[in-house]
Amino acid sequence: MLIIECPYCGQRDESEFSYGGEAHNARPLEPDTVTDQQWADYVFCRANPKGLHREMWNHSAGCRRWFNAVRDTVTYKFKCVYKIGDPQPSLEQIEGPQ
Amino acid sequence: MNRLSSGGRIDRSKPISFSFDGKQYQGYQGDTIASALLANGMRLIGRSWKYHRPRGSVGDGAEEPNALFQVEQGALTIPNVRGTQAQIYQGMVFNSTNAWPSVNFDVMSVFGAFSRFLPAGFYYKTFMWPKKFWMTYEHVIRQASGLGESPKQIDPDHYEKTNAHCDVLVVGAGPSGLMAALAAGRSGARVIIADEQEELGGRLLSSSASIESIGASVWAERAIDELRQMPEVTILPRATVFGYHDANFLTIAERLTDHLAVSDRKGARERVWRVRAKQVVLASGAHERPIVFANNDRPGVMLASAVSTYANRYAIKLADRAVVFTNNDGAYQTAIDLKKSGVSEVTLVDSRADGIILAEAVKATGVKVINGCAIVNVLGKAKVIAAEIRNISADGKSISGAIQRLDCDLVATSGGWNPAIHLFSQSGGKAAWNDEKSCFETGLVVQKQISVGAANASFSLADCLSEGAAAGIAAAQAAGFNATDISIPSSDQIEYTALEPLWRVPTEGLPSRTAKAFVDPQNDVAVSDIYLAAREGFESIEHVKRYTALGFGTDQGKMGNISGMAILSEALGNKISDTGTTTFRPNYTPVTFGAIAGPEIGSTLSDPVRKTAMHTWHQENGALFEDVGQWKRPWYFPHAHETLDQAVDRECLAVRNSVGIMDASTLGKIEISGKDSGDFLNMIYTNAWKKLGINCARYGFMLGEDGMVMDDGVTIRLDDNRYFMHTTTGGAASVMGWMELWLQTEWPELEVYLTSVTDHWATSAVAGPNSRKLVSSIIEGIDFDKDAFPFMASRQGTLAGLPVRVNRISFSGELCYEVNVNANHGRFVWEQLIAAGKPYDITPYGTETMHVLRAEKGYVIVGQDTDGSVTPIDLGMGWAVSKAKDFLGKRSLTRVDTARQDRKQLVGLLTEDPKQVLQEGAQIVNQPSEKIPLPMLGHVTSSYHSACAGRSIALALVKNGFQRQGETIYVTTTDGKFVAAKISSTVFIDPQGEKQNV
Repeated sequence: MLIIECPYCGQRDESEFSYGGEAHNARPLEPDTVTDQQWADYVFCRANPKGLHREMWNHSAGCRRWFNAVRDTVTYKFKCVYKIGDPQPSLEQIEGPQ
Repeated sequence: MNRLSSGGRIDRSKPISFSFDGKQYQGYQGDTIASALLANGMRLIGRSWKYHRPRGSVGDGAEEPNALFQVEQGALTIPNVRGTQAQIYQGMVFNSTNAWPSVNFDVMSVFGAFSRFLPAGFYYKTFMWPKKFWMTYEHVIRQASGLGESPKQIDPDHYEKTNAHCDVLVVGAGPSGLMAALAAGRSGARVIIADEQEELGGRLLSSSASIESIGASVWAERAIDELRQMPEVTILPRATVFGYHDANFLTIAERLTDHLAVSDRKGARERVWRVRAKQVVLASGAHERPIVFANNDRPGVMLASAVSTYANRYAIKLADRAVVFTNNDGAYQTAIDLKKSGVSEVTLVDSRADGIILAEAVKATGVKVINGCAIVNVLGKAKVIAAEIRNISADGKSISGAIQRLDCDLVATSGGWNPAIHLFSQSGGKAAWNDEKSCFETGLVVQKQISVGAANASFSLADCLSEGAAAGIAAAQAAGFNATDISIPSSDQIEYTALEPLWRVPTEGLPSRTAKAFVDPQNDVAVSDIYLAAREGFESIEHVKRYTALGFGTDQGKMGNISGMAILSEALGNKISDTGTTTFRPNYTPVTFGAIAGPEIGSTLSDPVRKTAMHTWHQENGALFEDVGQWKRPWYFPHAHETLDQAVDRECLAVRNSVGIMDASTLGKIEISGKDSGDFLNMIYTNAWKKLGINCARYGFMLGEDGMVMDDGVTIRLDDNRYFMHTTTGGAASVMGWMELWLQTEWPELEVYLTSVTDHWATSAVAGPNSRKLVSSIIEGIDFDKDAFPFMASRQGTLAGLPVRVNRISFSGELCYEVNVNANHGRFVWEQLIAAGKPYDITPYGTETMHVLRAEKGYVIVGQDTDGSVTPIDLGMGWAVSKAKDFLGKRSLTRVDTARQDRKQLVGLLTEDPKQVLQEGAQIVNQPSEKIPLPMLGHVTSSYHSACAGRSIALALVKNGFQRQGETIYVTTTDGKFVAAKISSTVFIDPQGEKQNV
């Protein structure tokens, strides 16, 4: 079981959290003006990378706040967490020298 | 008795009687089942599962494949207990597994005689055709094979779980584990040391070596005494670390009472520890592996280390004449141990050539040493009577020369050691092949852990002690403690000669042409099976495992797996490192379901049960209950001898003709407030909210962004910026989560507050033509006139002085008032309504009647009539979808696929035979006589007998259904027939809605 850092509560067991999928998938401001393809990209299509992934997590059995995290999908390791609305950390910096 | 008069770690002052297969025997405190049986001269203790060959104990620990027992009877029975790890206790009762009628005469052993015809994959190949007979075959096969029997009664024991955090978790309390715990413990770190055995000490308990010039086991006792003095150290004997998960989260099964006489057992039977460790020291030891040769499964062929254990720790003279067969130095000590235990003739057969350093020391004790030879066969059936040896070439690839017969009643073999890297691998570490030591060892480490001693392929006692100490210091330091060097205890220094790999003794010709040489005795996998798999094209070890069953079963191949991999490599002509290992998964050894379930057992299982405030009334009045999510809802209220159908007919007619009452408290209720709540609801629901009057209600759909119906319900505007939302019973939590998600991520600027109030309110729905008369007779402060309190409105009043909120909404199509009150008064208000309803013969009704009533009106149930692929338009409810504003999912409704006219659409179905009730879920086709495969048009979503309509009714999703009104389609039945039905409107009763607008 992973330990996940909630930006509001601190470190907690993974079982307190639920996953919310890829982060920063902004809803089109004017849905009526986008094409079917653009709308489908927003609703259905996700990056699913091998490696670092920005994603949403919810401290659902805790403070119930949503936050963003960068996680490595190969090792499951959380690299960092940040609040909704905070600037996105650059993946290059997170990756660091191997 | 084969028990020596002195020595060992058994307590001769505490004799223990036990019963095995109905006969009484005696052992001593400290014995395991396996040692007690061996001390009683019992060699044959079970039968193998496939060929029913006689089997005896091979090992002395978790690697034991054969010694499995059914311990105790009735509710207490435990199947497949490993006799090498279970302590005996006064009055213990156990039986051999898988031998009928007895171990000595097994009628199933006829399979053994035909073993030539039962190779790997035999069941797949033979019994899969014709397919329909498989069920019959499988039944017979399972009868004939299989392991122990699971208990059939409810487990009377209880189980505990505990969470723990520690600085250093030490797995295993052998020499390296004890040293690690001492080193870390002395620094003040919180240490947990867990060991699966009854006593801590690991191999030290059966070792004849000395440490600091005292016996190894005495040294271990002193080390444990020191650990006991340390307040921060937790010592867990009889505790198996069975899982190693992410972020140093490990699970330990501690057996608290299984070693006690049944009458002495108190408290929990087992406790599962869920440990989060800053650092882990894996001192899990190693498993000895045998050398594989023909008939190596005969009772009396054992692992050399186990032979030493039974001789030294349990003080048993195992044989009169013994042969020790080895390719390494470890078994030389076994030869000496055998001599010491009084075995008169010990012959050591070493596959290696002359020049072994230890040979002279062994010869000095009277052991005869033969070099450059190997055992090619064992004679005897229920018991070893002789070993046959021949010359083996230096490369181990061929045998030659005459057969030499060595009469003996015990064969001890050692093919080297496999580090127990199970937990290491579970933690994500990668196994690496060590060519020099000829074993898989720890490779890439991914968690905060250190492997030491035999688990790290360091097999000498001196290395175990020093690595353990170093790891304990390093782990404590990494956890932030100031650990300093500790002195390494001195131990016997022995010079070793290198092992020469020998996995199996070669045969002349194909392995399938000689007697069976077993690699995995528990699954009866022989060398010939692995060769067969290779010949049939299996190359991956994972596939060979599944084809041959290598490494399955309760031992998970701890003894035979690595040998099997090496033999597959040989058959394929590969390197062992290329073949690799199968995946090591939790659990390390089997864990009882009781331990895993912990205290959350019994009728409630692990899910909480939610009951409404009126629950006790329902019970007292004979309700049968239905589970809806976690809620217990009254299903129907049968009168004496009434069937479900009869009760539902009666309840339905009562509602339509007079008045009924239903407990609607379980519907999800969320209060939404804040200045932006109207804007928020406009986005969440398909319909518009801002113009809704105060104290007015509206039915709304909630869609996912894909445009599909997610939830529905009625929301009431309580005030300018305050709304009261109803959700489906099952959807309350997910709707709450859905709204929180949008408020927090996409629209954090909106000022909206959400409060879950489901449990705060108790709701009694009073439905039927007499409902107005009823509620107006006991509720004060509300004008119930039809115009003053219209449909889809909400009012506040009092009932017996209690404030109530009454909503005129309806899920039955009848005039209906839902009376909400503080849940603490739920039962009181319910009873007041029942009492006031007496003149109208008020009838309580349950979910089944509710379902029929709503289906008669074509009202959908989200999740029953929808399945995540249905839009409001598909349901014929486009009227609830606003064209003027944006809302979640709106854009999806105009996607090409979603806007198609011929989607599956909700329609009514009327069977030609009005008595025929269709099956929910049944598939729908155009015309059964068409060529198969018939195109599937959709399925029945709801189907009932309707007493009010006087016939069966059904709702269904049918492709292009709106355009097919009046057409006949066919519905499948589970007995393979088709039923004709006409597509109709979804409204079967009161199409104009006159009954609720009175």
